Amino acid sequence: MTTTEEHTINITLKVWRQKGPRDKGRFETIPVQNVETHTSFLEMLDLVNEKLTHEGKEPIAFDNDCREGICGTCGCVVDGVPHGPQKAMTLCQLHMRKFSNGDVIAVEPWRARAFKVIKDLMVDRSPLDKIIQSGGYVSVNTGSPQDANAIPVPMDVAEKAMDAAACIGCGACVAACPNASAMLFVSAKVSQLALLPQGKPEAAERAISMVKAMDDLLFGNCSNHRVCEAVCPKEISIINIARLNREFIKAGFASEAV
Amino acid sequence: MKWLTTTLGTSIGKKLMMAATGLSFIGFLAVHLAGNLTLYGGADAFNSYAEHLHALGPLLGVAEFGLLGLFLIHVFSGLIIFWQNFKARPTRYAVNRNPGGKTIGSATMPYTGLLILMFILFHLTNFSRFFVDQGGTTIFQIVSTAFQNPVYVGLYVLAMVMIALHVSHGFWSLFQTFGLNHPKYMPAINTGGLILSLVFGLGFGFLPIYIAFIA
Repeated sequence: MTTTEEHTINITLKVWRQKGPRDKGRFETIPVQNVETHTSFLEMLDLVNEKLTHEGKEPIAFDNDCREGICGTCGCVVDGVPHGPQKAMTLCQLHMRKFSNGDVIAVEPWRARAFKVIKDLMVDRSPLDKIIQSGGYVSVNTGSPQDANAIPVPMDVAEKAMDAAACIGCGACVAACPNASAMLFVSAKVSQLALLPQGKPEAAERAISMVKAMDDLLFGNCSNHRVCEAVCPKEISIINIARLNREFIKAGFASEAV
Repeated sequence: MKWLTTTLGTSIGKKLMMAATGLSFIGFLAVHLAGNLTLYGGADAFNSYAEHLHALGPLLGVAEFGLLGLFLIHVFSGLIIFWQNFKARPTRYAVNRNPGGKTIGSATMPYTGLLILMFILFHLTNFSRFFVDQGGTTIFQIVSTAFQNPVYVGLYVLAMVMIALHVSHGFWSLFQTFGLNHPKYMPAINTGGLILSLVFGLGFGFLPIYIAFIA
C-alpha cells in the first residue's frame, strides 16, 4: 500500500521573510528537495531551517508549540488559505502528502493591521488576549464546590457552549476575513459563556466591552462573508456571530451596561 | 442618549443600521416593483398608478423624505465600514484563494452599492418629479421616450444586475446581523434572498427591454 511506501517530492517555497516589525519584508524563493510526504508542514520547515542554519543563513521564524492541533500557536497562510488547503486542520497537522511534486507553495504570515509581524511568519496576536481581558471571563468567588447538579444545563446547550469553547484563538478567522475582522473569535468567546448559567450575570457587560475592545484594537467590521468558518481549524460556526449580535443587541438596547 | 450613539457607533451598531435600512429598501423595492408592473397593463394603467401615487400629496413628500434619511444612513455607514475594513489590512496577501463562503454578491457589496448610488442619482434625474416636468406629458410618455435610447436600456438593465447582486448578499446578511440565524430557518432565508434578488433583477430589468422592443 502507498501508506507504507516512501514518497518524496520536490517543492519550491515562496516564503515571507521580514527581519522585524519595521522591516518592509519580501518573498524568498527556497527550493526544497526530497521532502518525505509523511512529514508535516512544520517538520518540513524544520528541515529547511536546519539546512539554512548549516549554510550560515538565518532560519525562518514561525510560531508553533504543541504540534497536536490543540494549542492555537501555529498558523501561516499557505497558498492564500490560513492553515493551508486542508479543512478543519491546524498548520501543524497538515502533511506534505497534500502537495504534489513540483508545487510552488506561497507561505505568508497572518495579515491584519491588528497583528504586527514580529519576524518572518510570526505575528503578535496579543490583541486577541486583550479582547479576552476586556470581558472574556466569569467572576467566580472561590469557596467549596457546590453540588454538580445544582445548576441544570440542558445537553444541547452544553454542546453548543462546548462547540464555541473549541476555539483555540489561533487567529485564522482574522487572517482569512476579507475585512480582518475578529468577529468569529469574539463570538466564540462570548458564546461559550453566554450560553451557560455561570456566564449570564456578566453577559451584557461582556458583550459590550469585548466588541468595543475589538473595535479599539482596529480589527475590521464583519460583513458576513463566512470565510472565517470555512478556514477555522475547530469549525466554529458563524451561528456564534449571530448569537454575539443578539447578545450585543440585548446589552445595548435592553440592559444598563451602556 | 449617549448609550444610543455608543451602541450604534460600534462595529455591530453600524451593521445594525445597515441591516435596518437595508430591510427598509427591500420593502421599498417590493412596492416600487409592484407599481412598475402596471407598465404591462399599458399607458392607462401606468398613468393611473402614477396619479394615485401623486394623489397621496404631502404623504408622498414625507415618504420621500424618510427614504432620503434611510438612504443617507445606509450610504454613510456603508462608506465608514468600507473605509475601516480597507484600513484593517494594510498589507494585502500575495496569493488569494476563496476557501469557501465568499460569494460574488458578498465580495462586491461596496462596489455594487456605489454603482447603485450612482444609478439612483441618474434614475432620479430621468424620471422624478424634481427633475422632469411632468405637467405636459404623461409619465408613460416620459418612460417610453427614455427607453427608445438603447444606452438607457443597457444602463438600466446593468443597474438591475447590481441590485440583484447586492440583495443576494444583503438579504440573508441582514438576518444574520439581527442575530436571526437559526438552523430551522436559515436555509429558507438563504433561498428567499436568492429568489428575491432574481425577482428584483428580472422584474425591474425586463421592463426597459419590454418597453423598448415589445410594447
